[in-house]
Amino acid sequence: MDPLDLVGAEPGPARTILFDGRPVPALPGQTLAAALWADGVLAWRTTRTGGRPRGAFCGIGQCFDCLATVNGRPNQRLCLLPAEHGDAVTTQEGHGHGDLAV
Amino acid sequence: MATSRSEAGPIRYDLAVIGAGPAGLAAADAAAALGLRVALLDAGARLGGQYYRHPAPELGAARPEKLHHGWRTFDRLRERLAAAPLVDHLPEHHVWAAERGEHWTLHATRGPERADRATVTARGLLLATGAYERQLPFPGWTLPGVVTAGGAQAMLKSGLVLPGRRIVVAGSGPLLLAVASSLAAAGARVPAIVEATGYLGYGRGLPVLAGNPAKLAEGAEHAARLLRHGVRLRRRAAVVEAHGTDRITAVTVARLDARWKPVPGSGRRIACDALAIGHGLVPQIDLAVELGAATVTTADGTAALRVDAQQRTSVPGLWAAGETCGVGGADLALAEGVLAAHSVAGKPAPARELTVRRRRRGFAALMAAAHAPGPDWTGWVTDDTDVCRCEEVPARAVREAVTELGAADARTVKLLTRAGMGWCQGRMCGPAVACLSGGPLGGPDSRPLSCPVPLAQLAEPDEPFVQ
Ligand SMILES: Cc1cc2nc3c(=O)[nH]c(=O)nc-3n(C[C@H](O)[C@@H](O)[C@H](O)COP(=O)(O)OP(=O)(O)OC[C@H]3O[C@@H](n4cnc5c(N)ncnc54)[C@H](O)[C@@H]3O)c2cc1C
Ligand code: FES
Repeated sequence: MDPLDLVGAEPGPARTILFDGRPVPALPGQTLAAALWADGVLAWRTTRTGGRPRGAFCGIGQCFDCLATVNGRPNQRLCLLPAEHGDAVTTQEGHGHGDLAV
Repeated sequence: MATSRSEAGPIRYDLAVIGAGPAGLAAADAAAALGLRVALLDAGARLGGQYYRHPAPELGAARPEKLHHGWRTFDRLRERLAAAPLVDHLPEHHVWAAERGEHWTLHATRGPERADRATVTARGLLLATGAYERQLPFPGWTLPGVVTAGGAQAMLKSGLVLPGRRIVVAGSGPLLLAVASSLAAAGARVPAIVEATGYLGYGRGLPVLAGNPAKLAEGAEHAARLLRHGVRLRRRAAVVEAHGTDRITAVTVARLDARWKPVPGSGRRIACDALAIGHGLVPQIDLAVELGAATVTTADGTAALRVDAQQRTSVPGLWAAGETCGVGGADLALAEGVLAAHSVAGKPAPARELTVRRRRRGFAALMAAAHAPGPDWTGWVTDDTDVCRCEEVPARAVREAVTELGAADARTVKLLTRAGMGWCQGRMCGPAVACLSGGPLGGPDSRPLSCPVPLAQLAEPDEPFVQ
């Protein structure tokens, strides 16, 4: 049994996103975080001070742990962003850049 | 129902409902049936809130009800709202402030650009913003693979994914059973549910339990499914450490005494590749707290909005329903939404919802008392444990602020250590910082903006509220 079987899901063909340059499949309707989890990836950021790996924690947009750079834009919450074909996710180190605007 | 992006500029509604979970959906539906013009705003893209969170249509789920109790109720509500011309659904509108004047003015953000700001005006306001999970830190809780219990549930319900294959579920509260049951049904192995309380508190409330057969049936259903999947419930125990370097590989589970202090030498390791953890829920009430609404402290130490029999808060024109009035589950939220709508419309309260509310509030109080964190839980927080995930503030810094710098409350500790000053605005570490500062679990947090707002949207010059 897997989650797709459980609910009888029949999604359309997977899209491809890039994680640090590597192709990863994403089902239509999944967020970037969900696509990465499905691929076994749990971390896509390192922290500012300790350089520790982080990924999704709360899953609903509240903890801001799931930040990464998407298509060049840093500090994006991957648990909220729908995965679009060709999206390039790169592991974000620290702030991503100096500007902390959302 | 029109799904609008509020391009048309401000429209005056009879009622603005913030939050499209069970409480907000039921309220919008009932209010429209009573002839009110309603704006239903939600930060998310789809209706449903936490309980009815469901896969995007593109995932083509033929049987979404497999991950839900009460799916039919949601389906019916959704259909009725879709057909209701009086309701405008405003998805992806995160309300960051509510202003009171002759009428309510809500400020919402819809994205990063300057143009992504929206303003909605209404005569009445209903806060149905639900709750977020309470976290109690422990060594290793920042490792990838450690996720919140509700977060694991939410990612499963919306994205049909799991964080691992062997998932320990831990913390405290009834949500753990629901989460473990879904994870197991979706194919994960759940080696254990680790619950900090003994559930003994429930025994004292037998009459309350007897008045809530649906709750008991739901519990029994979870229990049966868990039994079928061979999931063990370990009571009076807690995960006191998560192991691993770059991701979680195991947890240590220790027995707890009555005050939640780990019993020395009782630790046992359980291998896993994910941990789903949470210690109950905290009402999400910042918008109302900023307006000066009165709060009450619930039996498990969280602050909830004080409402009267008509779901009115202490602020004129502001109603609240669902978890914002104290955590009590989806049925209670539905009933309170209906009651609030009747009050807004000046109509007498329907008897059925009054009965549901009375029974479910009783049940909620019982559960809150049974699952309240014991005073000695901080015993498992080592000095090196990062208490604040955002700012990476270790427990040592918080303890030093108290013992050496004389900080006497959480606010001072925050200013001295930056704990709780990061992006999540203290939602993840607030209760922990409060306890480590020697205070109670937490009063109402103050958050002038309920979510981070792009500067360009805040600084719109022609708006009176920035002056
Ligand atoms: C992560 C999580 C998962 C949960 N999963 C379950 C479960 O599987 N089973 C169960 O029985 N209970 C679950 N619960 C408990 C949940 O609280 C339910 O009891 C129920 O959904 C509560 O209904 P509600 O209408 O009060 O709030 P919610 O369902 O939480 O709805 C609140 C809505 O308000 C929106 N919102 C909040 N703030 C704003 C804002 N400022 N601007 C715009 N919109 C806003 C949110 O996006 C959300 O859609 C979960 C709770 C959480 C936090
Ligand atoms: S996982 Fe918490 S914000 Fe995305």
